[in-house]
Order: sequence, then structure tokens, then C-alpha cells
Amino acid sequence: MFWYLLLLWGGISAVEVQRPRGVPLSKRPFYEENKPFTCLDGSRTIPFDRINDDYCDCQDGSDEPGTAACPNGNFHCTNAGFRPTFIPSSHVNDGICDCCDATDEYNSGAECQNTCRELWRKEKESMQKLAEIAKEGFLLKQQLIQEAKRGLEEKQTKLGEVQNSKKDLETNVEALRTAKEAAEQPEKEAKERHLKAWEEQNAAIRMEKDKVRMAEVFIELDADGDGFVSVAELLSHSEMDPDSSDGSFTEAEAQELLGGVDKVNTAAFETIWSKIREKYVSESNTDGPAPVETPQEEVREPVSDNDSEPYPDDDIPEEEDEDEDEDEDEDMDDGDYKSPPVTRTDEKKDDSEEGAMPPYDQETQNLIDAAQKARNEFEEAERALREVDDQIRNLEKEISFDFGPSSEFAYLYSQCYELTTGEYVYRLCPFNRVSQKPKYGGSETNLGTWGKWAGPEGNVYSVMKYEQGTGCWQGPNRSTTVKLTCGKETVVTSTSEPSRCEYLMEFTSPAVCQEAPDLEVSDIHEEL
Amino acid sequence: MVPVLVVWLALCLSGTWAVDRSNFKTCDQSSFCKRQRALKPGESPYRALLETMELTNTRLTLQLINDNNKVRLLLELYRLQGNMTRVKINELKPLKPRYEVPDVLVREPPTEPLSVLSQDENGVVLSLGVESQRVIVSAQPFRLDIVEGHNVLMSLNSRGLLAFEHLRMRKDTFSYKVTSTVASLWDNIKRVFSSLSVHLCSAFMSSSDMTCVPLVCTLQTTKEEEEKVEEGMWEETFKSHSDSKPNGPSAVSLDFSLPGVEHVYGIPEHADTLRLKTTDNGDPYRLYNLDVFQYELYNPMALYGAVPVMLAHNTQRTTGIFWLNAAETWVDISSNTAGKTVFGKMLDYVQGSSETPQTDVRWISESGIIDVFIMLGPTPKDIFSQYASLTGTQSFPPLSSLGYHQCRWNYNDQEDVRSVDAGFDEHDIPYDFIWLDIEHTDGKRYFTWDPHKFASPKDMLQGLKDKKRNMVAIVDPHIKVDSNYKIHNEIRSRGFYVKNKDGGDYEGWCWPGNAGYPDFTQPDMRAWWASMFSYDQYEGSMDNLYTWNDMNEPSVFNGPEVTMHKDAVHGSWEHRDVHNLYGLYVHRATMEGLIQRSGGVERPFVLTRAFFAGSQRYGAVWTGDNAAEWDHLKISIPMCLSLGLVGISFCGADVGGFFKSPSPELLVRWYQTGAYQPFFRAHAHLDTPRREPWLFGPENTALIREVIRQRYTFLPYWYQLFYHAYRTGEPVMRALWVEYPQDPATFAVDDEFLIGRDLLVHPVTEEGARGVTAFLPGKEEVWFDIHTFQKHNGAQNLYIPVTMSSIPVFQRGGSIIPRKLRVRRSSACMEHDPYTLFVALNTRRTAEGELYIDDGHTFNFDNKEFIHRRLFFSNNVLSSVNVAPEAQFTTKSWIERVVILGASKPRKVTLITAGKLKTAVCNKENKVFNVGCSFQVVLSVLHEQCLKEAPVFRVKIYFALFLFADGHKSQLDFDFDASVSVLTIRKPSMNAGEDWSMALQ
Repeated sequence: MFWYLLLLWGGISAVEVQRPRGVPLSKRPFYEENKPFTCLDGSRTIPFDRINDDYCDCQDGSDEPGTAACPNGNFHCTNAGFRPTFIPSSHVNDGICDCCDATDEYNSGAECQNTCRELWRKEKESMQKLAEIAKEGFLLKQQLIQEAKRGLEEKQTKLGEVQNSKKDLETNVEALRTAKEAAEQPEKEAKERHLKAWEEQNAAIRMEKDKVRMAEVFIELDADGDGFVSVAELLSHSEMDPDSSDGSFTEAEAQELLGGVDKVNTAAFETIWSKIREKYVSESNTDGPAPVETPQEEVREPVSDNDSEPYPDDDIPEEEDEDEDEDEDEDMDDGDYKSPPVTRTDEKKDDSEEGAMPPYDQETQNLIDAAQKARNEFEEAERALREVDDQIRNLEKEISFDFGPSSEFAYLYSQCYELTTGEYVYRLCPFNRVSQKPKYGGSETNLGTWGKWAGPEGNVYSVMKYEQGTGCWQGPNRSTTVKLTCGKETVVTSTSEPSRCEYLMEFTSPAVCQEAPDLEVSDIHEEL
Repeated sequence: MVPVLVVWLALCLSGTWAVDRSNFKTCDQSSFCKRQRALKPGESPYRALLETMELTNTRLTLQLINDNNKVRLLLELYRLQGNMTRVKINELKPLKPRYEVPDVLVREPPTEPLSVLSQDENGVVLSLGVESQRVIVSAQPFRLDIVEGHNVLMSLNSRGLLAFEHLRMRKDTFSYKVTSTVASLWDNIKRVFSSLSVHLCSAFMSSSDMTCVPLVCTLQTTKEEEEKVEEGMWEETFKSHSDSKPNGPSAVSLDFSLPGVEHVYGIPEHADTLRLKTTDNGDPYRLYNLDVFQYELYNPMALYGAVPVMLAHNTQRTTGIFWLNAAETWVDISSNTAGKTVFGKMLDYVQGSSETPQTDVRWISESGIIDVFIMLGPTPKDIFSQYASLTGTQSFPPLSSLGYHQCRWNYNDQEDVRSVDAGFDEHDIPYDFIWLDIEHTDGKRYFTWDPHKFASPKDMLQGLKDKKRNMVAIVDPHIKVDSNYKIHNEIRSRGFYVKNKDGGDYEGWCWPGNAGYPDFTQPDMRAWWASMFSYDQYEGSMDNLYTWNDMNEPSVFNGPEVTMHKDAVHGSWEHRDVHNLYGLYVHRATMEGLIQRSGGVERPFVLTRAFFAGSQRYGAVWTGDNAAEWDHLKISIPMCLSLGLVGISFCGADVGGFFKSPSPELLVRWYQTGAYQPFFRAHAHLDTPRREPWLFGPENTALIREVIRQRYTFLPYWYQLFYHAYRTGEPVMRALWVEYPQDPATFAVDDEFLIGRDLLVHPVTEEGARGVTAFLPGKEEVWFDIHTFQKHNGAQNLYIPVTMSSIPVFQRGGSIIPRKLRVRRSSACMEHDPYTLFVALNTRRTAEGELYIDDGHTFNFDNKEFIHRRLFFSNNVLSSVNVAPEAQFTTKSWIERVVILGASKPRKVTLITAGKLKTAVCNKENKVFNVGCSFQVVLSVLHEQCLKEAPVFRVKIYFALFLFADGHKSQLDFDFDASVSVLTIRKPSMNAGEDWSMALQ
């Protein structure tokens, strides 16, 4: 078809009469030989011999279509054998070959070859190649569309199924919740009973111990063994000074402690005992605040952990590696396990003082086991429900996602494509994120997460935009523009960083392929 | 380029965009500056020993003695051709030679005879030959006064601040140790013998034979030395850096008084106003080439370059001081503070009223000698010519380098270069050079290409060449220490690296990591470096690849003040001595390389960041790493004006600002300003978003396109101005006072400037500006808006409403400016295009201009291959005459249009051409004669004109216009626009190299 038109064109130029240089055929009627010429903008009329006389008379440049005289003129390259085109007047006779038919350099001494046929041949070849790719790609695209359609249907079916199963699960969860609550009530009561009994027992034991201690203290205080604790005897224990801050334990204070009398016997001492119990320090004191020794071994554990802390304080990572390293630092901070062991030892200490609670009796234990079982079953069911919810959410998201007019891009979902360059491995996970990882070790940098389709109007699905990646030093957050072109393969063909932290990725996919158009033919039509 | 590692920035700056001042010394932190600045005026210990005076025909020598330490200095005084005086002061017998700056003067300045007019015990009066100019040498205290008639033009040491730290032995080692170990014992001795020791010391101090000094006295003096050591005479530290100072103190200092002067200029490079400020309340202006990260504006801190030249100006006279010293230098300026010094009796009668304003200047340098050239003007243009005779003129650049330069750190790869290049065509914006910054290299190894990103540089260069465009690639002087790098291996094996104080190769940290610094002060090193630019050595280079020298202060990231240690060694000199010269040498060696690679045929283009006096001979400079801020746009004007005053015409600032990202408004305004400054290059930091001209929407693209195209239409004018600068040393971008030296209103103007004499530019540098007030100078002048052709009178402040497309530019009435209105892809594409002559008439209805044409890129103009014509308009006749009849060149360019501004409507316009007419009509006898033309003279003398062509050839010439009976006459069409009085003559069509005249009747 195209060749036919070209031949026709050739025929036309052969019979063509004169027209001023640089005038397209379509405008020839305006340049009538030997008649005054009116500038195409109508601004003035000039004699015909001022057309192409290398002086700009018309403001719109229309009197000099074939020279460089006007700053805003255009020169028409006929380009027989190839596509005709306009070039700016400033390209006429500038020593650079612009028209493939060499007509723009008629007076500059530049040696231009007519390359139109060669260009056409090359363009045809590459067009054919592209057309083949487009053709095959378009076929693949149809499959992709079918697959996407099937996939969508499957997902919708699945969604229906899952939504149904969700109802069952919800019922199940409710039933198990009731069962659990039913089992937990007797368990709770039995446990409380058990605890109360044990606490009462403990209280009795503590009281007994206290009485024994009181007796011991009485004997100890009663230094002269007269069966009375006197003011004088009390004064030897300065720790019992009620206002210990003033540093002196006076007789009056001691007497007040004894309830206003000079001395007390064993019976009266009971009332005093409650006042001095906490302060009193035994004379034969060895067992007071001593029992630190045992836990100490346990305390040592975190200390040794501390030694193996991989980042000593003085080894601050250099700022240079800012973003990559920051992530690592945070990871290390998460691994800070200095405190938990300390609390662990404290708990143990409390346990040893209180003494262990006696095991539950068989009846209680049975109730507990039953409740535990009910709880497990309930949690299991709840987890299953949550999973189903997730599934539903994901399915709904995928179903509603904009995968192109015919969902032809759906196959890219949850896939990743890599390109290795000199330094980095680039990874594009469509609709998710773009990242960059140094080839020879180092952490990954986020170059942006899925933002939107960002192609020009009418071709929105030709560009993807990934935004809000890792921040740049004194710059914006990294972002990536992915340009999609038609290809048989789905592959990242190149990456670049045209501006700091703004990445550009070229990506081929059959999903972009259009049905092979007749571009060249339409061009010729326009010209004729 | 960013001078510090990224790590540094984050730590030191914590987010603020300003210089980290603590990285750079104040005067107080520079021990010699602190020491010298502490000296009090009026206590000069120097006395001239008149009996030692020797006068040969051209040279006077005289010894000076410091009465405090008895050290003698030798003063040399020369009267130089062209109204200059040279004063040299060195130690009479220095311990070892002191550094005298080589390679800056273009030749040993020719001298003229001096003669003694009178002499007595108080002084000597010498005649300087010209116009009753004399030098008066006063003996005690020593001072020099240069007088003309009854006026003192300049006085030296009038405040008694001459100081010359003589070289001395370090007296510490042994006694110092004794001092510290037996200090307490000494104290006892001193206590016992105090009166005695003082006595003894005073007795022996006058003896110059120190070996005889008795013990106690030795102890005492040692103690004094020790105190001085603390002041940093023998060792000095700054931050973590220590300077071993093996030669001890060696500073020199001298003061100059300028009676009647209130305006001083020059001593670039500083980010400050055109008119220098007094420094009484702060630090002196500092000259020490430094890589200053994010420099601050309006302060005297040192920057990348140093030209120790100051101009002083009043309505009567312009004078200049050229302080030829390459060491760290500080310049103090004060006004009317020390003006009331008591003059010697010989001067009494010249002393004017006490109201006379006076500026006092004081120069302090760390080492070297005092070698000062006093340029006596009297006009600004005389100063330019005088200074040019000493250090040379601006190199004549290839025409293409006056076009637009597109730069960025970095164009990433060949594809990036290709697509940016294509973008210019797509948006119909001309450009001549695209630039590659450091990332184009293979790991910052200069002379190499990144094997992945720039795998086939010649293909890339050929692609540019096909469009008649060029490229600049960066070559910095720091060389990666890497045994697999040819350049490094060669420099190391030839011993060409600068050495550290211990004799090993000096190494510092810069872009490539660990780097060596070639010793460019060595001629054989420079020759070798130059040879590296030959096409067979510099792989991937072609003839359209040019060079950019950055970081040549030199920048050393881990060095003191981000530069080289002062105790590093260049042959027999310390870095201290040569520091400010290093960048000049790098620039020079590179330029020589580019000349040599073409066999001496092609003109080079090399851009440098560091510079010194004389750097104008080697290429262009720019104002370094500025920022995308309005104030940085403003400061580009005084910074380039100051450079122009001291010979460096090819100056520009990074358009758009290097750091940060400009708003579209700032970017457009910056293009509008930069298009009217000599070196026109956009540049941007690596971390900034892209900013090629078409990235800010169609409106801004159109604004930027328009202004770049305006630049290209003026290229013939720029080119001829650079030719002039090359011939005369006159600045291309001029401060107003240079052309209006008697109008004080112009003296401090630095928000507008002249290009040559004939274009006045007042850029819009305020954000959101709705109007600017431009000062139009000259009582007699009229100025034409180049866009509207509206006429305005001179000597007024004109308010001009502005929009985003406005660039207030005016053509002076009385001028003729040739332009090429056919703007194409690059300047080379416009080579053969025709000219439009813009004739702006003055109130006398005359105008004159020039037309200079050559091949645009070779040195053939030096062999008289050029066209140089003078254009006159007078008595309604416009004519073109050859002012270089001995020169031969042919051009295809013709005159397509003549636009006469301020014209009245003629009845007809007649063009007379005469084919190969030889006009050449001048001779010294003021006779009009015909040079062998067998034609009949029709018209007689038309125009009287003072031609000032060659600097040595200034003759009043009568110019005659010949109209020839058999010459070719033709009537021309024309348009007359009465609303603005503009006459446009259509297509006269004569060749631009032809003789012709055009009569309006």
C-alpha cells in the first residue's frame, strides 16, 4: 500500500510545475507566480520577487519558505522516497543535513546525500520488526486478557465460596465462644477456692512465725532478763528512733513507744511489737538484707549478654551510609534484650519468698483442663475466621484493582522482575514496589511503592508511577517512573536515574501491545 | 563541586545552608595576620640609609634599616614604561632566598630613566618624567610619596606599617630544653640578677654579635623567643592541622595612603559589593584560594581565586596597586583615619585641606617579598592598559565559547547527552557546549571515561560535531593514587608530585579518595601535563572536546581550610609561598595542552575555578559553587565586575545557582541576567532536580528560549568586545564608573553594568518584581531600549515596569552594534549569516561602531587574517571603513538590514559600493589621499574621528569617504516607523568586508 502511494507521489513531483522552494504542495496555491504575494497572516502584500529573496518581509515568515531569513519560518522537505516533513527555517543552509533529500542545504557547501530511500528501508525494517512484535504481543495480550478474565472469575467464585465459608465459621466461633465461657465459669470458681484456701493457710503460718519472732525479740531486748522490756533497754536500739532523721533516740521517745510506761511485760509487748516490727534489727544480725547472693548468679546472665552487644556505644555508624544503615540500626535496637532477664530474676525471688502454691486438686485440675480445651478450640476457630477475612480482603482488592481496560496487566500482580546492572540489582514488583540492591552486598533501597497509572491522557496505561521510596539526603523521597512498551517478553530492559533519586525504568510487556496500526499510510494521506 | 565529603556536611551543617565559618581562618587565627595587624601606626622603625643610594639609568636602590633589630632591607625602585612605578623590598642579606613570584608578568617590565631632582639629608626627590610626577623618598621614618604637581597621588609607609619579618635561625632546640628543665632555677637567677641582667642585656642587645652575649642575657632572650613561639611563629595549628613552619616568621606588610580617594575596587575574589568596604570593624579582605562550601555573601572571606590588584578612583584620576605576592594575603582598608600624618617639610606645600577624604590600604602577606606596581592611570582605561602590559590580556576565546553552555553535575551517560542535545533542537533553543562533570570518568581518574556510561566517547563527540556543537569534560588536578592508573604512575615515576614536609609524595583526600597533587609550578611537569591532552594520549578526545579545571585551589578535603598544607614542598619552595599561583599553573598547563594538540592552530577553551593575576591569559573563570537564591543572582554582578577590573573578562556565575533548586521565576531571571554576562553557563548540583530549559512549562521554556536567542543575536558584539579585551585589557563587562569616571553617581553602582561601552543592562534580580529603577548615565547621552526602541535621556533614574519577559537593556545613542538575527542551533551554524546593523543616534545625530570578523576559532587572526572595520554615521551618511588594511580575510556574511534608531524619515536611501575599493584613507599628516585607486573623488571629507585602534597607535585621523564615479550606486527600500523614529533599511546586501557608504537624503 505504502509503495503504491510513494510511486504516485513520485509521479506527482515529476509533473509538478514550479513552486517556491520550501513550499509544501498544499500551500502552493498561495504562491502564484508573478502576482503580488500576501503574507499568509494577511499582514502585508509584497511583490512576487520578494519571495525567497533571503530577506524577511512577512512577520509570519511566509515570504521566505526556502531561506533562513525569517526567525519563525518553516521549510518543507519533500523527502521523495520517505516521509515529507517541515524543518525550522534556521536549519536551512546551516551546514547540517536535515532533510533526507538534502534540499535544505542548497547553498551552504555541506555535502549532503539523499538518504530518503535508505531511511525508508530502515524504517520499514524496524517497523516490520515492531509490527511483528506487536502482532505476537497482541496475540499474547489476548491470552492474558482471557487469563485475567478467567482469573477474575475464579477469584469471584473463590470470593463467594470464602464468603460462604465465613458464615459457617462465624457460627462456629459463636458456638465455641459460648462453650468456652461455660467451661470457664466453674474453672474460675474452683481456682478462686483453691487460692483462698492457700492464702488462709499462709496467713496462719505467717502469724505463727511472727509470734515466735516477737518472743525472740522480747528476750533479746530484755537484756537484764527481768521479764520486762524497759526504756533503757529499748534505747540501746537506736534504729527504732521514730524520727530517725534527728539522730537521737531520747528516753521520751522510747517511753512513748512503750505506750507511756517505763517497762512492759510480754503481753504488753504484743501491742508494741506491731510498731517496731519493721524497724527492729536483731543484735545477732546476719540474716537481714543478706540473701542477695543467690540471685546474683542469675543477674550475671544479662551482663554477659551485654558483652556480646555487637555495637559498642563508641562505634557509631557513619552518617555517610545514611539510609541503608539506618534500617540496620533499627534492627539492632529491636534486638536489645538487656531488661527482660532482670525482671525474670525478680519474679523468681518473689516466688521463693512466698513459697509455691500447692498443686490443684484433681477436681479443679479437671475443670481447668476442660476450660483450656474450650479456649483452644475457640481461638482456633477465631484464627480461621481472621484468615478468611484476610483472604476476602485480598480477593476484593485484587478484583477491584485497575489492571488496565481488559485487566491485561493482572498477570503482573504479585510477580517480580529483576534487572542487573553494573552496580545494582533492580527489582520491579508491579503494583507493589521497586527496589534497588547493591550487587555486592548491602541492604535494599526502596525506590517507591505503587502509586498510580501515570501515562498521558489517552494512554494512561503506558506509565506506572511508584512513589514515596526511601528519602534522599537533602532531597525528595525516591520515586520511579516505569515506562511500558510492547514486547513479547515481560522484562525490565533498562533503568536510569535521570535526576537525583528519580528513577526511570523501561519495561516491556505484551499487555501494552496494540493491534498493528498503519501509521505510515496515515502520514502519507495527510501529505496528499 | 562540593568541597567536602557528604559525611562532613551532615555533621557540620545540620541542615543549614551556609558556610561553616569555623573551617576557615579569621585574621586572629592566622598568626602572621594577627601579629601584623597588632602593629600600631606611626611607629615605623624603618629608616632609609640615603648614603647607600645607587641610581643607574633605570633603577634606584637604597638600603632600609630597621632600627629595632638592625636588619637591613634593600629597596629597589623602577620607573616603568606606561606611567607605572615598581617598588621592590627584600632583605638585603636573607638567610636564604625569599620567593619572588615568577610566570605572572608577561615579561620583565621595560623601564624608563629615573633622575634625581634634589637630595638632602632628609630625603631624595626623583622625577618620573611624566607631567611633573615625582617620587619623594623620605629617610626617617622611611616613606615614599608619589606626587604630581601639588597633589599627592599615593604614599607608601605613610602610616609606618611597613614590616618585614626577616628570616632567622630557630634559636630554640638546646636552650629551649634547658629552659623547660631548669626553669625554677632560672627564676632564682633572674631574681638575684635582675637588675644586672637587664643592664647587661641592654648593653649587649645593640651588639649584632650575639655569640658574645653572657649567660644571663642569653637566658633572658631565650625566654623572649619562647614567648614568641607561643604566638605561632615557628609552629601553628588550626583545628587538627599543624603547620611546621620550618622557616619561621616571614611575613611582609606595607601600607598605602590614597589622598582624595573614597572609592576602591578590585582584589577579587570576594562575594561582596563592587565598591570595597572599610575593614576597621572586622576582618581584612582575605586573598587565599580556597574551596569554600556554600559561601556567604557580603563578607571579606577568601574564595576560590585571588588577584592582588586594587583600583582607586575619584573624579580626577584612577590609580592602581598590584601587590605581586602569591602567599596568603590580607588587605585592610580604612578611610580618613590615618590621613593626618605629619608630612615631611618637602611635602608641606602639597598638603591640601584637612577635609580631604583619604583611603588607607594595607597589605599583609605571609611570605615572599614586597613587589608592588603602582599604576598611575590617570584614566580607568590607562589602568587597564598598564595592568595589561604587566600581566597580559584576556585570551581571545573561540566564538563558540561565547554561546550558551549547558552543564550539570552530571549528564549521566551518552544517552543522556544525546537526549539533552535533542531536547535543545526540539525546543528550538541554541547552545554550543554541553558539559560533563566528574562522574563521566572511570572512578574520578581524569583523562578516562566511565566504561559503561561513556563507552564510546568519540561517537558521542561526533554526534555533537555533526550539529556543530562542542563538549567540555572536567579534568581536575588531584590524581587518584592507584597503581593501575597511567597518569598516576607517570607522575609518580617522574617525581612530579608535590612533596610533603618529610619528602614523600603529598597525599590528600579529594573526589577519587586518596590523591596526589602534581607540582604544576615545575615547567617540565606542565609540559608533560600539556602533552596528555594530545589526541593519542587522551583517549576518546576529539577537537570539539574542551576542558574544565575545577578544585585547583587546590582543594584537599582533609587539609587545613580544605586546601594543601602550607609546609608541603614544591621544589625548593613551600606551598606557603606559591599557594595562590597553583590554580593559575593548572589552568595554564591545560590551556597549553589544548593549543598543542592542534599544532598551535586552534584557540583553546579552559574554564578554571582558582585564579591569580595573569589567569586572564588562559581562559574563563566562574564564581564557583553559588546557590539558587536571589541574593546569589544579585552578587554575580559585582563579582564579575570586580574580576573585569583586574583583567579577567571571561567571567560568569552558574545560571540557576549550583546548590539548591531555583523556582522557575528565579531560573528565568537568572537566564535573563546570565545571557548578558560574558560566560553564560547553566550548572546544577548532583542532588538537585533536573532543570534543562524546557522542564518548567511552555511559558518558562519560551522565556528562556527568547533570552538565549537574544544572546546569540548579540554574538558579533560580544566577539568584538573580546577581541578588544584581548588587544587592550579593557573589561568586556564594565562597571559604570569605567565609562563615566567623572560622575560620582556611578561609583558605587553594582546592580547594573555595561557590556563594552554601548549596552547598559539592568537585570531584574528581585523576586516578584513589577519594576526596576535603572540609572541611565551620561548627561549628554541618550539610551534606546533594545526591545521597544524607546529613547530615554541619560543622567536619570528611570523606572521601568517589568513583566517576566522584561530584560531592561539599552543601547547607547551614538553607537552602532552589529547583530546576527538569524539564530540557529549553534554559533558555528551562524558563521556565514548576514548582519543587521543597529545604529543608535545620539543628540548630534552621529554614531560609530565596529565590525570584527575572523574564522572564529583559530589563531590565524594573529597572522592578520581578519576583517576589522569601523562604522560611522554622520551627516546622514553611514559608512564602513577598513581599519586594518594590512589584514586579509574574506567572509560570506553580508549586511541584510540597517536599523537606525532615533532617525527621521529620508526621501531616499542610496548605497554606494565600489567592489574592491581600497579605502585606507588615513595618514599622520592629516592629509586625505587616495591609495592608488584610479577613481575620481566625488565627495570630500565627511567625518572627523579619533581612532584609538592599536594601543600604541593613537593618532587623530581625518577620515574621508570616497564616492566613486564608477562605483556601484543603488537605491534601497526602507521602512520608517514614525512612532518610535526607527528607520529600517531593507537588504543593502553588501558584503560585510566591503567598503560602502549609505546616504540618507
